[in-house]
Amino acid sequence: MSHIWSMIGKRLALGLLTLFIVSVLIFLATELLPGDFAEEFLGQSATEETVAALRRELGLDQPMHIRYIDWLTGALQGDFGNSLSNRRPVSELIGGRFGNTLFLAAYAAAIAVPLSLALGILAALYRNSFFDRFANAAALTAISFPEFFLAYILIVWLAGAGGLFPSMANLRGDPSFGDMLYRTFLPALTMTLVVTAHMMRMTRAAIINLLASPYIEMARLKGMSPMRVVVKHALPNALAPIINVIALNLAYLITGVVLVEVVFVYPGLGQLMVDSVASRDMPVVQGVALIFAAAYVLLNLTADVLATLSNPRLVHRR
Amino acid sequence: MTDEFADKDVLLTIKDLRIEGRSDETWNEIVHGVDITLRKGEVLGLIGESGAGKSTVGLAAMGFTRDGCRISDGTIDFDGIDLRAASAGDRRALMGKRIAYVAQSAAASFNPSHKLIDQYSEAPVQHGVMGKSEAESDATDLYRRMQLPDPDNIGFRYPHQVSGGQLQRAMTAMAMACRPDLIIFDEPTTALDVTTQIEVLAAIRNIVEEFDTAAIYITHDLAVVAQMADRIKVLLKGDEVEESDTASMLSDPQEDYTKSLWAVRSYARPEQPPVAAGETPVVSVRNVTAGYGSIDVLKDVNFDIYAKRTVAVVGESGSGKSTTARVITGLLPPRKGEILFDGQTLPSDYRKRSRDQLRQAQMIYQMADTALNPKLRLRELIGRPAQMYLGLQGKALTERIRQLLDLIELEPDEYIDRLPSELSGGQKQRIGIARALAAEPKFIICDEVTSALDQLVAEGILRLLDKLQNEFDLAYMFITHDLATVRSIADEVVVMKEGKVVAQGPKLEMFQPPHDPYTELLLSSVPEMDPNWLSDLLKARGEA
Repeated sequence: MSHIWSMIGKRLALGLLTLFIVSVLIFLATELLPGDFAEEFLGQSATEETVAALRRELGLDQPMHIRYIDWLTGALQGDFGNSLSNRRPVSELIGGRFGNTLFLAAYAAAIAVPLSLALGILAALYRNSFFDRFANAAALTAISFPEFFLAYILIVWLAGAGGLFPSMANLRGDPSFGDMLYRTFLPALTMTLVVTAHMMRMTRAAIINLLASPYIEMARLKGMSPMRVVVKHALPNALAPIINVIALNLAYLITGVVLVEVVFVYPGLGQLMVDSVASRDMPVVQGVALIFAAAYVLLNLTADVLATLSNPRLVHRR
Repeated sequence: MTDEFADKDVLLTIKDLRIEGRSDETWNEIVHGVDITLRKGEVLGLIGESGAGKSTVGLAAMGFTRDGCRISDGTIDFDGIDLRAASAGDRRALMGKRIAYVAQSAAASFNPSHKLIDQYSEAPVQHGVMGKSEAESDATDLYRRMQLPDPDNIGFRYPHQVSGGQLQRAMTAMAMACRPDLIIFDEPTTALDVTTQIEVLAAIRNIVEEFDTAAIYITHDLAVVAQMADRIKVLLKGDEVEESDTASMLSDPQEDYTKSLWAVRSYARPEQPPVAAGETPVVSVRNVTAGYGSIDVLKDVNFDIYAKRTVAVVGESGSGKSTTARVITGLLPPRKGEILFDGQTLPSDYRKRSRDQLRQAQMIYQMADTALNPKLRLRELIGRPAQMYLGLQGKALTERIRQLLDLIELEPDEYIDRLPSELSGGQKQRIGIARALAAEPKFIICDEVTSALDQLVAEGILRLLDKLQNEFDLAYMFITHDLATVRSIADEVVVMKEGKVVAQGPKLEMFQPPHDPYTELLLSSVPEMDPNWLSDLLKARGEA
């Protein structure tokens, strides 16, 4: 097991380095945008003097590297600075929204991961059957539409005339857990439709890839049922690629769903990120970007560790 | 039919079995009417070259066909059950329980994700023969009978933690789990070293006798089948050639094809005059110690190879034969020692060798299938080294390619634009030879070049290599674990064990007593065509 711990340690260190590089890149990228916070905030009628005064007040007149180093020293001590637009601490701004994003991602994942695994296994079991073709076609259709389009279709079908589910996924008024599940059902379903195809097809392909192996033939020659052959003999050996695809899709559920949030007016991180970029609110952009990057790093690390653990050759050395 | 079994009940009757295989969307018959009658406790040997349909027939005896195959005609009756008419569920109820299968490569046929004992108990538990804990204690008992080391704990290991010979025995034990009436053994010892093969053969034979299990024993090795079978059936390209009891099949084969099988390995390279005193060897391996990580795989290895001579390097898997080849070619720089070529020290890393030094030493691989780029035509496969090392272009290059194809006895016009997939196994290996020759080397390493081939085809390759050696004064290093090959092609023999050279000398000396103990063990482990060979050997070793 010690080699797994050392792998985790190394990957975490690399992850920290990645986060550092991401923070530099984000900083540089926002510098490249035309205009800065003072100009955006004061609008077109502002005079040169008021803009300069606001810049001085916020420290935006300092050279870029000084501002970055200031931000970095703060961040290393846990202080991610204050939002430029409403002066509230970034950590406070992000905190609640991050919770919302995680909730929605977990909700969608709780539907999508079991669903796509089950569909993938069944598609592999009944490969080239009508079911297989139908499941593939349906999943591909779902992934081929843009998310916002899927979202509107679901609203029309499920929130429109019949009004089964709310079309606005706001969380005002401190709803109960059950109520939250009800209100966010449509965005979760949209996201499920977007990620299912990828995971399902990888599950199917990874399993079918193994079905020609001698040990699968052996299991069949031992008289095992087709379901047992797939689930007990093929699936454990197909886990590594499946886990990796799941991790990528989970990362997407956290970081890539701005459009879904916009359509359903859901107060998640994606919207905050877009708004902050528009207003050049650097500290908030940095904070959100780091969270997104950290999600990627952690999910990929988890995937690698799980994939390693799924392989007895790497866990139980000779 | 042997008298011994004449009064026993018939267990399996196959009549006029025809099997079709699909290729390019059409079905072609690959088994053309085979009959088998097997009585309880009887062992039938099925022999033939690759493509004879042995495995296909063996699997059909379970009512099973691989994907892309189908049984088109005939009847398969197992103990009163018509396997062709039975439903898939009914067949599954028999498989693993009353008819079991032992595959060629246990390493590939055990599921890498589960412990041996879980795979053992799967069939008894799923078929409802016994409970899990009962199955586990039964596994331990059978592991002990199969003479596996540490039978109480070996089942709790994963397949990769157990050696090949042990896995093969564990797989035989697994097949025995439900005490089947019939076991299909599909080349169970082909992938093993001769010394390991003996242990597995003995264990299989004992357990089959002990439980009075009937068996179909599939192999291409006549000497092995002679030890195992009561009766032998010879197949050729899906057709039955002949069948009789083992003793008369060995002493008095009727058909020409069977006689030709019995006669292979007759080829022997004429003895070469001794090397002139003072001649510089083409390749000298000097005090080489090398390895991976902290482990030394080779320990102080020394030998010379002269022009026009073949040095056979023999030993079991893991003895360091291939590692020696890697050191010579510069793929693995040694920790100590050096490689001399024509008396000059070669840089130890191939990246530091000049193109001409690289050209002089070429290699031919065991698996021609994987050693040839499947996307390239023969023109490119053979032409590339000629182009790279010798700078041939255009017409001269084409001319050279045609010349090389001529040398390996393939008609240039017909073959020059073929892909490897359009060749037979023996032809692919010939392309491997042509590719090595294209560089005009002085020295060629042949790494188990015939071990994936049928005996008749292998003999053709050996003859070709010999002819080319005389024509171009080549020096060969011939890596093999097969002593019959050594007998036919070697001038000198180097015996390796655990990274050391334990014996070396001219072939005649090596095959004549007194041997060093390890060479003796290797030599005596090669199965002979005498049905009593295994029993006699085990008895002799037991007494020793």
